[in-house]
Amino acid sequence: MIEEIICIVCPRGCHLKVDPENDYEVTGNACPRGIPYGKAELKNPTRVLTSTVIIAGDDLTRCPVKTDQAIPKAKMHEAMQLINQVKLNSPVKVGDVIIENIVGSDANLVVCRDIG
Amino acid sequence: MQFTKEYELIVIGGGPAGLAAALEAHKKGLTDILLIERDKYLGGILNQCIHNGFGLHYFKEELTGPEYSKRFMDQLAENEIEVALDTMALSLENSDDWRYVHTMSMTDGYQILRSKAVILAMGCRERTRMQIQIPGTRAAGIFNAGQAQLYVNLEGYMVGKKVIILGSGDVGLIMARRMTLEGAKVVACVEVMPHPGGLNRNIVQCLKDFDIPLYLSHTITDIKGHDRVEQVTVQEVDQNGKPIPGTETYYDVDTVLLSVGLIPENELSREAGVEIDPRTSGPIVYENSETLSKGIFACGNVLHVHDLVDFVTEEAESAGYSAACFVQEGDCVTEEAKILNLKTDSNIGYSVPQKIRVEDVDKLVRVFFRVKKIYKEPAKIVFRDETNKEIASYNRPFMFPAEMENVSLPRKLLDKITGTELTISVEG
Repeated sequence: MIEEIICIVCPRGCHLKVDPENDYEVTGNACPRGIPYGKAELKNPTRVLTSTVIIAGDDLTRCPVKTDQAIPKAKMHEAMQLINQVKLNSPVKVGDVIIENIVGSDANLVVCRDIG
Repeated sequence: MQFTKEYELIVIGGGPAGLAAALEAHKKGLTDILLIERDKYLGGILNQCIHNGFGLHYFKEELTGPEYSKRFMDQLAENEIEVALDTMALSLENSDDWRYVHTMSMTDGYQILRSKAVILAMGCRERTRMQIQIPGTRAAGIFNAGQAQLYVNLEGYMVGKKVIILGSGDVGLIMARRMTLEGAKVVACVEVMPHPGGLNRNIVQCLKDFDIPLYLSHTITDIKGHDRVEQVTVQEVDQNGKPIPGTETYYDVDTVLLSVGLIPENELSREAGVEIDPRTSGPIVYENSETLSKGIFACGNVLHVHDLVDFVTEEAESAGYSAACFVQEGDCVTEEAKILNLKTDSNIGYSVPQKIRVEDVDKLVRVFFRVKKIYKEPAKIVFRDETNKEIASYNRPFMFPAEMENVSLPRKLLDKITGTELTISVEG
């Protein structure tokens, strides 16, 4: 079945039509950059996930975190459940790894703010 | 006037604009700089913007808000630029030679500081329910989206379980995703305009990813609930923004988030007599970011509301550079320079700068502006002088109100202009 998605490569927001049964053929794109985006969005959509975790030992009680690479979109909720169990102790530095290979992906969950 | 301390430059506000402005002024050779911030931390709004996507233009990589501001905070610390945290700038006064900033803090009490130049970088604040006059009760559970973002991301409080969002500005869209990821149900995002207020990327990644419906040309017309919000009424609006009777839909929610616009925070500027442009709600500025009050410069969201922090940084660097020139070379602008006043036609909301001193433009002057409606087909941005002669035109394949536009006008074109007015319009 042909799927319709909005391209986010640039602000124009082309309505792409992608056909999974025809080698993910992309139509409706105004420029060539829409093609790889459209294919990837249907084959394997991924997102960088950002959230916060609890931190103790500082005036700040929440520490911002992110996956250092995009993870499969379908695994965002599973990743959130893991993130919600994390408790850090200050000090932490930007880039400190909290969870390696989160939800079986190549991405690590890392700290985004120096605290403490 | 009596004063406690003296500086070459005082920057008011330690968000992205203030950080970049102070750093650039330091790079240009100023050593005696003070950066004033009312919060206990530098970084401003970026501290609560934990999502990524910052820095794509400026650093060519995607950073979260705290990571973006850290790059500037680290440089500030390396260069030992003086920072006054937890310090409120109460008022600003302007005289010929000096600018006086009255401050208050727990550590230093009330102080009067004087400075050769001041950069306004106070940012903006959110438009509230009162300002858009939504009828209904005053139950708990009605938040500005940015306020909710602070509670959730910095303080760890969830603000509600079943949420409706009014306005499709970027903060509202980002919060739709954030609340969903944290376990809330976001039932809808409602936008009074026929087009979304936020960036396309956020429509896709914050609403579509989570199957949150976006209702364009709709608004909230009633909020019910005694202690806590219980129900909101949503109605379709006609072309004039008036609710259409008979289109009422009811949503049982406990929380309403408002993302209905940002207003530059210019109380200090107004008090100092800085002239404000009613279209931007920010100071009127020349090409070098100087306001119409000598020695006072402005940049970032206090000047006009931006959609990308990268542009704030660039604008702030220009303001920092110009303020340093002013301090080092005195009034370094050309006396009696020819001043061009930029006007906009009805398709354009505003331009920044509003005035250009032609002789002081080095090679190019970058003009930022926002269109008022969506242009899906190619259109032309045309600059005309007083005699209606076309000075320059720029093709755009498409334009959106949510995306700030900019063009760089070469000095040699400016030199050719007859008269003192330059009008920007959208044609074709």
